[in-house]
Amino acid sequence: MNYVIIGNSAAAVGCVEGIRSIDKTGSITVISDEPHHVYSRPLISYLLYGKTDREKMKYRPDDFYEKNSVTALFGVTAEKVDYEAKKVVLNNGSSVAFDKLLFATGSSPFVPPMEGLDTVPKKFSFMKLDDAMALEEAIGPQSRVLIVGAGLIGLKCAEGIRGKVRELTVVDLAPRILPSILDEEGSDMVQKHIEKQGITFHLGTSVARFGAEKAELKNGETVEFDVLVLAVGVRPNTALAAEIGCKVNRGIVSDEHCRTNLDGIYAAGDCSESYDITEDQYRVLALWPNAYMQGETAGIDMAGGNQLYDKAIPMNAIGFFDLHVITAGSYAGEAYVTRTEDTYKKLITKDNLLKGFILIGEIARAGIYTSLIREKTPLDTVDFELIRERPQLMAFAAPERAVKLGGAKA
Amino acid sequence: MKRVYVNEKWCLGCHLCEYNCAFANSGCDDMVKALKDVQIYPRIQIEQGNGINFAVNCRHCEEPLCVKSCITGALSVQDGVIHVDQDKCVGCYTCILVCPYGAVMPGPTGGVVQKCELCTNNSSGEPACVKGCPNRAIVFEER
Ligand SMILES: Cc1cc2nc3c(=O)[nH]c(=O)nc-3n(C[C@H](O)[C@H](O)[C@H](O)COP(=O)(O)OP(=O)(O)OC[C@H]3O[C@@H](n4cnc5c(N)ncnc54)[C@H](O)[C@@H]3O)c2cc1C
Ligand code: SF4
Ligand code: SF4
Repeated sequence: MNYVIIGNSAAAVGCVEGIRSIDKTGSITVISDEPHHVYSRPLISYLLYGKTDREKMKYRPDDFYEKNSVTALFGVTAEKVDYEAKKVVLNNGSSVAFDKLLFATGSSPFVPPMEGLDTVPKKFSFMKLDDAMALEEAIGPQSRVLIVGAGLIGLKCAEGIRGKVRELTVVDLAPRILPSILDEEGSDMVQKHIEKQGITFHLGTSVARFGAEKAELKNGETVEFDVLVLAVGVRPNTALAAEIGCKVNRGIVSDEHCRTNLDGIYAAGDCSESYDITEDQYRVLALWPNAYMQGETAGIDMAGGNQLYDKAIPMNAIGFFDLHVITAGSYAGEAYVTRTEDTYKKLITKDNLLKGFILIGEIARAGIYTSLIREKTPLDTVDFELIRERPQLMAFAAPERAVKLGGAKA
Repeated sequence: MKRVYVNEKWCLGCHLCEYNCAFANSGCDDMVKALKDVQIYPRIQIEQGNGINFAVNCRHCEEPLCVKSCITGALSVQDGVIHVDQDKCVGCYTCILVCPYGAVMPGPTGGVVQKCELCTNNSSGEPACVKGCPNRAIVFEER
């Protein structure tokens, strides 16, 4: 059996480990346009922050490919898939034959047209290790950095470089930061915390035009800068899949086995869509754990095993300057909110289920909440008043605790 | 595989397991020095209320969500034991987001996480919490 994986990140590693849990001998080829051993993408900001290094940010040990008998092609791009001939054509002129193929191609930065952008000499995306290293080269203690985008990637970048530059400004069209994972109150709290680090925000506005070392904003203000980071948004890399007739919405459509509509072709990770059980719809869930688990599911299925990826939910653990934020699920429903000066907690329930939560500052044992969402635990089977106060196993009925802690069979 | 299992009705809620855990993981061979007047950060934690007590530590899951979710690869399965490489961990708390038992927690310094590794990572040899439990409310066995 010939397995081929396009991409070499979370979904690809999940797929390799999924295949090898069943098929120890089939040939696996990984095609990676990045020239690096598999690394943790989220760590590129931690690298600049000084919390990890090139060695530690390797997602798997140096012997990962060898131990799993994987042929890894680094710095090679898959240019085209020939579905009829069952081969992937590479940019180096050669091709690789496959019986089963996984798209684990992730996403690429999306840069909307902006006036004068091509006149900015030092501009960067913040998606790859090479981006982070190039950015590090470009900045210094006197740098004034402008980041366009107050989402997860833009703000993680801001945290990573804050200590290395003189001025740091973040601009976003949205009226508040991290709008995809926080509510207004939460955004406000995290923004204030980040502002204390000397980071300036211009929200609800965008760049009208870039000039020499300055950006004129639509709200009339001007930001002077010498290094620009664009973190406006990302787009799933779906072109190769679309070309051969895979169904593509925003991401490549794949089912709970991570199969696409084409026989033998799979998709996992940021390039694909998952069925979000809290929204009851397919959507791109661009998160590391989802990518790994989808990849693993695909790998197991490719090798003839059986695994379902049917409990996908949006979820995030993210921190800025030691303020930790954990969120999961969706936020439409009845809210229960508690707030102190430096903590915030919101639980959202609907139809006897926990649908989502936001925890800021106090995050202990958050996974107990996450599991209520993922397992769709009816809230009338737990002591919700108790668990609302604090995540705890005491809130489950005694027989359920015996399963969880006593080894009783479910 | 042998795991730590709870016999809930025998638990006195005495918290000895927490102290024995903190001591076993302190790297110190004098219990008084290790624990006196310091806030302890045990990897096993007692839940108490309404006359019910029980200890919670990592279940060493067969399908460990923490390992699958860890963004750095710091969490891994080593002969069935779920191990955290604290040198690799960056304290993103994704594992805390996903662990259904609330069994991973920030360590004493806050920067990285810690969890029960069944005392395979210290000199205790076998789970110190179980060794010291006066009432066999936690046991280390196959079930
Ligand atoms: C700065 C930053 C911080 C983040 N922080 C977090 C976080 O804290 N928590 C979290 O859960 N998620 C985080 N994410 C998101 C997380 O990194 C992604 O969800 C995850 O990387 C998705 O993995 P993937 O395997 O789907 O694809 P990717 O990691 O995107 O990798 C895809 C790979 O495929 C390669 N590729 C694409 N097309 C081809 C081709 N034709 N030929 C060869 N190679 C190709 C790409 O170059 C890339 O190397 C962060 C992302 C960024 C950028
Ligand atoms: S930390 Fe939690 S998820 Fe991980 S193995 Fe232990 S109990 Fe399971
Ligand atoms: S806190 Fe550490 S162990 Fe947990 S997911 Fe993050 S890097 Fe992995």
